[in-house]
Amino acid sequence: MWKHHGKLERHSLLLVVATLIVVSIGGIVEIAPLFYLESTIEKVKGVRPYTPLELAGRDIYIREGCYTCHSQMVRPLRDEVERYGHYSLAAESMYDHPFQWGSKRTGPDLARVGGKYSDGWHVDHLIEPRSVVPESVMPPYAFLAEKDLDYRDVQAKLKAQKAVGVPYDAAAIANAKADLETQADPYGDASGLAARYGAEVAARDFDGDPARITEMDALVAYLQMLGTLVDFSTYQAEAAENKR
Amino acid sequence: MSVATAQPRGTSLDAVILAVGLGIGAFLSLIAAAGTPDPLFRIHAYVFLGAFTLGLGVLTVGLTNGRLREDDGRYMDGVIRAGVIASMVWALVGLAAGCLIAAQLSFPDLLYFPEHGWLNFGRLRPVHTSGVIFAFGGNVLIATSFYVVQRTCKARLFGGVLPWFVFWGYQLFIVLAASGYVLGITQSREYAEPEWYVDLWLTLVWVGYLFAFLGTIWKRQEKHIYVANWFYLAFIVTIALLHVVNNLAMPVGMLASRSYSAFSGVQDALVQWWYGHNAVGFFLTAGFLAIMYYFVPKAVNRPVYSYRLSIVHFWALIFIYIWAGPHHLHYTALPQWAQTLGMTFSIMLWMPSWGGMINGLMTLSGAWDKLRTDPVVRMLVVSIAFYGMSTFEGPLMSVRAVNSLSHYTDWTIGHVHSGALGWVGFVSFGALYMLTPWLWRKPALYSTKLVDWHFWIATTGLLLYIAAMWVSGVMEGLMWRAYTPEGFLQYSFVETVSAKHVSNVIRLVGGLMYFAGAAIMAFNLWKTVRQPAAAAEPANAAPAQPVLLAAE
Repeated sequence: MWKHHGKLERHSLLLVVATLIVVSIGGIVEIAPLFYLESTIEKVKGVRPYTPLELAGRDIYIREGCYTCHSQMVRPLRDEVERYGHYSLAAESMYDHPFQWGSKRTGPDLARVGGKYSDGWHVDHLIEPRSVVPESVMPPYAFLAEKDLDYRDVQAKLKAQKAVGVPYDAAAIANAKADLETQADPYGDASGLAARYGAEVAARDFDGDPARITEMDALVAYLQMLGTLVDFSTYQAEAAENKR
Repeated sequence: MSVATAQPRGTSLDAVILAVGLGIGAFLSLIAAAGTPDPLFRIHAYVFLGAFTLGLGVLTVGLTNGRLREDDGRYMDGVIRAGVIASMVWALVGLAAGCLIAAQLSFPDLLYFPEHGWLNFGRLRPVHTSGVIFAFGGNVLIATSFYVVQRTCKARLFGGVLPWFVFWGYQLFIVLAASGYVLGITQSREYAEPEWYVDLWLTLVWVGYLFAFLGTIWKRQEKHIYVANWFYLAFIVTIALLHVVNNLAMPVGMLASRSYSAFSGVQDALVQWWYGHNAVGFFLTAGFLAIMYYFVPKAVNRPVYSYRLSIVHFWALIFIYIWAGPHHLHYTALPQWAQTLGMTFSIMLWMPSWGGMINGLMTLSGAWDKLRTDPVVRMLVVSIAFYGMSTFEGPLMSVRAVNSLSHYTDWTIGHVHSGALGWVGFVSFGALYMLTPWLWRKPALYSTKLVDWHFWIATTGLLLYIAAMWVSGVMEGLMWRAYTPEGFLQYSFVETVSAKHVSNVIRLVGGLMYFAGAAIMAFNLWKTVRQPAAAAEPANAAPAQPVLLAAE
């Protein structure tokens, strides 16, 4: 056996090919089945694509590196379920390109932060975290409230999301800009938005400044919908088809 | 290798190809800068434009004054000297960024500016991680691999100006990545944050790297490919594979900085951690094991302990590592079969890791006295010891029950730093201490005493860092799951945050000490380079003997 290894030591391309084969096996066995095993993602009602405003807010969440300190993945452990709510389902992040599960909790998990605090609390907390949580080590994000949201590319964003598999229909893409403006407007006609994204979608002024659509509006809109899509009062966690 | 075979040429084809490529690149960057509506993309288009124009200028000067000629009778060491300097500069930048963000976690009121997002933890953290892993570590790997492959193949680097393109192209990648994070350009994939166009640029540079390395192997005058080169080769090709698959994404526009991952949710998570864990396995392990397999035998003037163990070590390591990714996703929405597979292989990984550690340590057989007399050897040996320790801790943390406590906590941060500072940092420092006198043809380092100081300050800092993170990690993990006798959660989340303050400060002190050690090293290397030239050729100028074969 040791003699045969000499062959690999004398032929560089053989060594490269053998290496590629050896390192491919694990990835193929572990990752490929996730794309076709039907049991990977639960069938649940309520999960929908992000509205244009939420998507813009999510991009700000990514831009600011929130995932470096906040997870979005409640594990099925007693203390986590009591602290944060029902454990996270795979279905809840099925439209997340990219995923935001995170790997570190310097701050608390945010998978179910939606609706837990008022918009005003979020705005205060983002502007100066220590004004509402004195022990917090979070950076301040006052600039979000000052900065108008640049949403010239929102339609292109929806198209790119559709290209990677998020089911935005033609109407959603055509109305992307209007939907974004409507959701941040407390007095607008939100019927089109509701028709496309569901009646539960909250359309209001998120940042306390109705005159402008700021980055704060987008980020708070995103935070306030996190973890609210699935109705867990009807979800059967113990049912055979939901066990993986 | 005789001088007679060297044929200096006038204008070489590779330089012309590079010049044309740079010209086209500069033109495209100009168009992109003019046409994009995205202000962040425009900044990066200008960075590209500046780099390509500068490159074109330097290349033109080089072509006209004839300095770019190939001399096959000599090793190509200029690019390695540049790599040593770049490694040291990026080490200081990356470690300083780490100290800054550690200070931010300790004293948030002092170090944040509410009106300026670019100084916030979330944007600086990737500057630190990419700075130390890819800027420092990557430059060390490229520089040492170029050195080792030439010496063990007895051949000049392949490709004419190609190695220089790889070096400067890689620096451009680093500048684009780091400036992008600060500006807010990120795809949020940990250790793969740069956006699509930076990823494409790195892919191009990496293909160039593969060809420069492989081409040198093809030119070799040794029959066998030395073991260090197996590890370098596995590192280069596997990183290419990981990089391409993990960064598959759809850009929002051809002139937009933002893109969306081709995968979503659970699949995206596993692709990312398949990449993330193997960035550890192939960038931070296989690459640096190659350094161990060349520099440790060189430092103690002994052959590698066991040839057969190196074979087993190599194949077992690269086969098993690739499976370990799911241990980053224990108890998540990832199906449990995948978690179990990941955990099983992570535990199995302990064996090849320790096989490699034994092979490295036992190479010192008969030369253990050098531990006392040579601080560079001591640094290399301690790095292998830390490699052994963190590859024991890793499998432990991959056990689901342990992971339920350790995941999301500072324990992970401590584990990473015992590997990164102890293993990757020290083995790199040892190699750079050896390379500098060789490359600049000096008889010895400027000061061995300063190496001693570096070693002790860095080791103490490192131990403070790890101990602080173990304490805070286990503490917060236990506090999160603590219950009162009445059955209520005992602590609110923010109580666990404030409980970590002391550990955070100790971590900062440890980090600053490690940084101070690196600063001493930079000074020492600078003084070494500035020494008067050695009268005689350094011992290493003679063609290197393949150290491994002597073991047989």
